[in-house]
Amino acid sequence: MSTVDLEPVIGLEIHVQLKTRTKMFCSCELAFGEEPNTRTCPVCLGLPGALPVTNAEAIHFGLMMAMAFDADIAARSTFHRKNYFYPDLPKGYQVSQYDEPLCTGGHLGDVRLHRIHLEEDAAKLVHAGSSGRIHGSDSSVVDYNRGGTPLAEMVTEPDLRSAEQARDWLNLLRETLRQLGVSDVNMEEGSLRCDANVSVRPRGSEQLGTKTELKNMNSFRFVMQGINAEIARQVALVEAGEAVVQETLHFDPATGRLSSLRSKEEAHDYRYFPEPDLVPVVPTEAMLDRARSAIPELPAARAERYARDFALPVDTARLLAHEPRFGDYLEAAAGAAGDTPPATVANWVTELRTRIGAAADPATSRVEPGAIAELAGMVAAREINASAARQVLDTLVAEGGRPRAVVERENLAAMDSGDELARIVAAALAANSDAAAKVRDGNAKAMGPIVGHVMRETKGRADGGEVGRLVREQLGI
Amino acid sequence: MTAAELSELTAAGAIAGIRSGDLDPRELWSAYRGRAAADDLNAYTWVSEAVEPPATAAGAPLAGVPVAIKDLFCTEGVPSQSGSRILQGYTPPYTATAVGRLLEAGAPMVAKTNQDEFAMGSSNENSAYGPVLNPWDRTRVPGGSSGGSAAAVASGSVPWAIGTDTGGSIRQPAALCGVVGLKPTYGAISRYGMIAFASSLDQAGTFTRDVTDASLLLGAMAGRDACDSTSLGLPEPVRKPTATDLRGIRLGVPEELSGGGIEPGVMAAFERSLDVARELGATVEAMRLPHAPHALSAYYLIAPAECSSNLARFDGVRYGLRVDDGGGLLDMYTETRAAGFGAEVKRRIMLGTYALSSGYYDAYYGRAQRVRTKITEDFRDAFASFDFVVTPTSPGVAFELGAKTDDPLAMYLNDYCTVPMSLAGIPAISIPNGLVPAADGARGLPSGLQIAGPAFSENAILDAAHALERALAFDGSPARGAA
Repeated sequence: MSTVDLEPVIGLEIHVQLKTRTKMFCSCELAFGEEPNTRTCPVCLGLPGALPVTNAEAIHFGLMMAMAFDADIAARSTFHRKNYFYPDLPKGYQVSQYDEPLCTGGHLGDVRLHRIHLEEDAAKLVHAGSSGRIHGSDSSVVDYNRGGTPLAEMVTEPDLRSAEQARDWLNLLRETLRQLGVSDVNMEEGSLRCDANVSVRPRGSEQLGTKTELKNMNSFRFVMQGINAEIARQVALVEAGEAVVQETLHFDPATGRLSSLRSKEEAHDYRYFPEPDLVPVVPTEAMLDRARSAIPELPAARAERYARDFALPVDTARLLAHEPRFGDYLEAAAGAAGDTPPATVANWVTELRTRIGAAADPATSRVEPGAIAELAGMVAAREINASAARQVLDTLVAEGGRPRAVVERENLAAMDSGDELARIVAAALAANSDAAAKVRDGNAKAMGPIVGHVMRETKGRADGGEVGRLVREQLGI
Repeated sequence: MTAAELSELTAAGAIAGIRSGDLDPRELWSAYRGRAAADDLNAYTWVSEAVEPPATAAGAPLAGVPVAIKDLFCTEGVPSQSGSRILQGYTPPYTATAVGRLLEAGAPMVAKTNQDEFAMGSSNENSAYGPVLNPWDRTRVPGGSSGGSAAAVASGSVPWAIGTDTGGSIRQPAALCGVVGLKPTYGAISRYGMIAFASSLDQAGTFTRDVTDASLLLGAMAGRDACDSTSLGLPEPVRKPTATDLRGIRLGVPEELSGGGIEPGVMAAFERSLDVARELGATVEAMRLPHAPHALSAYYLIAPAECSSNLARFDGVRYGLRVDDGGGLLDMYTETRAAGFGAEVKRRIMLGTYALSSGYYDAYYGRAQRVRTKITEDFRDAFASFDFVVTPTSPGVAFELGAKTDDPLAMYLNDYCTVPMSLAGIPAISIPNGLVPAADGARGLPSGLQIAGPAFSENAILDAAHALERALAFDGSPARGAA
C-alpha cells in the first residue's frame, strides 16, 4: 500500500508538585526524604472525622501560574472527590478539581494550555518482591509522607508535533516554573511528572486520530524516547492498515518498550461529586494582586527582550534567560560596558559560564560585571585579541582584579599594526616562501604556517586579522 | 442527693448547686458515672473508669457538670466506633473540636452513647453494639440515630448529652424519649472529629432536660473552627432564654408536614401545642412548603451519595477491622467491608454509589440537589411571613423494637418532618409536648413539637421554645410516669 505522510500530534499532561511549606489540605510540612510516615496527621492519613482545609499558599502558587501563562482565572472554582479504592489513597477518594478548575486557557510559548487545576498527591507504595509492581508482589507497604502534597495538573492542547518539540517546551516550562518559585521541578524526584497523549494523522488533516496515553516517563530523555517509540508504533500500525486502540501505555526506559497498562474493561467510574467538606475558591482582588506582584520576569519574555534590546543571537538569549543568574549578570555587565555592544559582552559572560559552571552564581565569583565589561571593551577596541582575552579571563576567575592591569602585568596587549609587525610578517613570508607562493596562487589555507610564525614571534599578541591583512598586502593580492 | 433528685436535676440546676457549694462536682461525677455504668438500656458504649473527674478550669461556665458524648465523636484514647463493627475498638489519636470545647467549658465526658451504625437509622436498631431501649417503654425503640444520647438523658443517667443530626437524628429520638433536642444551623458547631455520615448535612447538637440547658450546651460548642472549612459559628453569643410568652410571634404550620401520615395521637398533641401557643400570644396560620413532600426522596439520594464516599476510607488498610484470607488486595477490601458494615450501611453505600455513577449523576444526585435548592427557597419564602415553622417532630411515637426493621421505607418515613430542615441547613428544636396514650390504654408515650427558624436564629428559637416549654409543663420523667 502507498505510504501516507503522517503527522504526529502530541499533548502533554503535567503534574507539578508545589513547594508550599505545608500539604494541600493539612498543616503537615512537606516531606523531603524523612523516615516513612513521620509527616502525617489525621487529615492526610484519612482518619475518621478528619476534615481538609485548603492551603492558601497552594492557591497563591496556582494563581501565579495562571497569570504567568495568561490563563483565565475562574471567579469561583470548586473541589471534587475522585472516588477509587487504592492503598495509596487513604480516604478512598482524591480531592481534585473537576468541572470548575482554578483556571482555563492560556499558553506558554506557542503551546496553548487547556486548563490548570489543583489536587492532592497520593501516598507512596513500595512493593516487596521481584516484580516491583503490586501484582505478584509478596507484600506492599505505604509511606503516607507524600500523601497530600499539593499538585498543579496542567493539560496542554494537542499543539506539539514532535518529541523534540515536546522536550524543548518542557524545558521552557520547567525553567518557567523554577523561576516562578512554585516547584522544585525535578523529574527524577517526581516533583515534575509528564504524561503524553500521542496520535498520528495524515499531514494537512484537521481531524485528530485515536490517541494513546503514555505514562512513567521520568526524565526529559525518556519523554522523547517514549513519544518517538509511540509515534513509530502508531505509524507502523496505520501503514499496515490497522487501527490505533485508545489505551494507556507504560514506557519501560530499560527496554524502550511500551506495554498496555489497563484495558477498557477496567475503566474506572470515578463518581466525581463536589467535595462537601470544602468551600469554593473565590480569589479576591488582594489575592490576585499578591500573585501578580510575586511573578518575576519569565524566561520567554526575558529571551525575547535580550534578542530585541541586546541584539543577542536566539540561542544566547535563551541560554541567559533560562539561567537568570547569568542573565542578571549580563545586564549588570552590559550596563557598565559603555559603547561596547551587549552581544560582545554576552560572549564573555558565556565564556565565564563555561569556566565557573552553569550551576554557579557569577555574582559571587571573583569576576565583577565591570571587569567583564572592560574585557569585552578591550577586545572590541582590538586592544587585545581573543586568545589573550581568554588568558586574562582565566586570571580574573582565579584572582579577581581588573583586566587592564592583568594585560599590562602579563604583557598581553595587542601589537600596533605598525612597522614592527610589518617587519615580522615580511620575515615570516621569507621563511615560508613555499607557503607564500601557494597563498599568492589563491590557496588561503596555506596562510597557516605564516600566521603561526608571526604568532610565535609576537608571543600571541598580534591581531590575527591584521596579520592576514599585512600578508595579503605584502604579497600584493 | 437521691437517685430520683439526680435524675431530675437539670444541668443549670447542677451548675447553680456547684456555684453555691451545695453540690460537689466530684460527687456529681461519681454519681453519674455510677448511674451510667449501671444503665440497663444499652444506652452507652463506654463509661469512664476515672474515679476523679478530668480537671476543668475554675470558673468554667459549665462548672464541671459531666456530659455524655455520641459514639461517633472522636475522643483521644477512648473507643470511637460510630456504632460499627468495622471500627470496633478503634481509639483515635485526637479529640473532636466540639468535645474539646465542652471540656474547656467545664463539661467533662463521663460516657459515650450508643447509636445507629454511622448515624444511619431512626430506631437505634442498626448499632453493631445492640439496640437501645426506650426508658418510657422497654419494648420500644428510643429513635435514632442518636438513640443512646436521648435514652441516657431521658432516664436521668446523665444530665445532658450531645449527638448529631443529619436528617432528624437528634430531633426524632428527643421526641420519642421526651427530652429537648436541638439541631443548630449547619456550620454552627465544628464537624472536625465527627465520624462523617453525610458531610453537607451532619450537624452536632444537644440533648437536654430543658431548653435552658440546650442554650448552655450550644453556647459552649458553637464557634468557627479553623479545622472545618464549612464551620461558621453563630453571629451572636447564645443567650439564656427568658421569654415567657409568644406575643407578636407568627407561627406557620406547613400543610405538607402536618396532615396525612401523622398518627392521630401525635396530631392531637400538636393541635394542643398550637392552642397553647395562641394562648401565649402567637398567631398560628396554615402555610405551604410546596417542595417538602420531595425532601425525603432528595435526602435519600444526597445522604447515601455522600456516605458512599465518606465510608470508602474503611478499607482495612490503616485502622479498624481487617479481614484478610490472603486472597489479595481486592479480596481484603471486599471481605473487610462485607464483615464490617451492617445491612443498612451497605444498602446506603450501594444506593449512593449508584446515584453518583457515570450516566446517572444528573438524574439522581444532580436532581436531588436541585430539589434541595427548591426546599431552601421554600423556607426562605416562609420566613418572609413567619418567625417560625412548627410541625410535629416525628409522625409517630416510639414504636416497638423490630416493628420496622424489615421495611426500610417505613423506617425512612420517621424523618418525614425533620429532613426538610436538614436539607435547608436551618436550625430546629424538638421539645416534648405531651404524652400520647397508647391504643391499648397503657401508659402514654412522649411526642415532640418541632420549631424551625431561619439560619442563625438559635436565640429566637430557644426563646420561643422556652416560653412554650413553661406553658406545656411536660413532666419529663419516665420513672414517675411508670409509677
